[in-house]
Amino acid sequence: MSGVVNIEKKENTRLKIGKYEFTSRLFVGTGKYASLETMAEALEVSGTEVVTVAVRRVKINESTSLLDYIDTKKYTILPNTAGCYSADEAVRVARLAREAGLSDMVKLEVLGNEKTLLPDPIETLKATTILVKEGFTVLVYTSDDPIIAKKLEDAGATSVMPAGAPIGSGQGILNKNNIRIILESAKVPIIVDAGVGTASDVTIAMELGCEGVLLNTGIALAEDPVNMARAMKLACESGRLAFLSGRIPKRLYAKASSPEKDF
Amino acid sequence: MKITLNGEIKECAEGITVENLLDLCKLDKNRIAVELNAQILSRKEFSTQVLKEEDTLEVVTFVGGG
Repeated sequence: MSGVVNIEKKENTRLKIGKYEFTSRLFVGTGKYASLETMAEALEVSGTEVVTVAVRRVKINESTSLLDYIDTKKYTILPNTAGCYSADEAVRVARLAREAGLSDMVKLEVLGNEKTLLPDPIETLKATTILVKEGFTVLVYTSDDPIIAKKLEDAGATSVMPAGAPIGSGQGILNKNNIRIILESAKVPIIVDAGVGTASDVTIAMELGCEGVLLNTGIALAEDPVNMARAMKLACESGRLAFLSGRIPKRLYAKASSPEKDF
Repeated sequence: MKITLNGEIKECAEGITVENLLDLCKLDKNRIAVELNAQILSRKEFSTQVLKEEDTLEVVTFVGGG
């Protein structure tokens, strides 16, 4: 059509995490649900394709297993190193997770403090370097500090995952500016991991331009986890679409939507 | 003979392999990873690795997590 400015359309491509590709940009955890049946239903409704799991000692004589409720052909398993407080521990857990044979992805999490569950940046960087060298697809949990986020990317992390707020706190994206700064120079997918409390938190992360959101507690401990899972799915899609559509700039003063009155 | 499995001391028959032990404990070999004396054991070693007195085994699996 002549006279129409051809604005380059940002396309909603699939999310690429190293050699993996996903349509859904929501990663969902499997912890803290009232029952495994509820978890399975919430995962289904959320539309997620990537589910996080933790690695723990097997309980002898326990008949039910988490994996009975997760179709590993449908979901990509993302084992975490939750509960590790040093690079050595985290590397050990990651190696065990890979040996269990479901995935070479790891959500690397090296914590520095039990009360805040904030990451230890130095140990996290050390572990990232080792695991990258060993061929893992490393998705690394970090704080929202742009400097350490960049260092983790430079160390070869496949995805950098800054916390919106402390794990399980439900406070949302506390420092949008830091997430913006991280996004500005990132060459790997940035996924907000942790702190999401409700749907709008997911939307905000996606509107900022994050490639995805990882959450667990926000769904698992909601009064109605299954409906919250649906809310999170819609929020993720809405935020992505709004980001791709290019929002209007914010103005201090009003601007009428109707033409000026001319009679 | 005594071995330690996930922090607990167990009495086992001499000559038992890792696979025998996993079978005795009714553990699904496709969903676990095993460390023998702090070294990861690959799945194909389960059937050949014979346990000896005072071996320490860690057997892990996936549980719910975020």
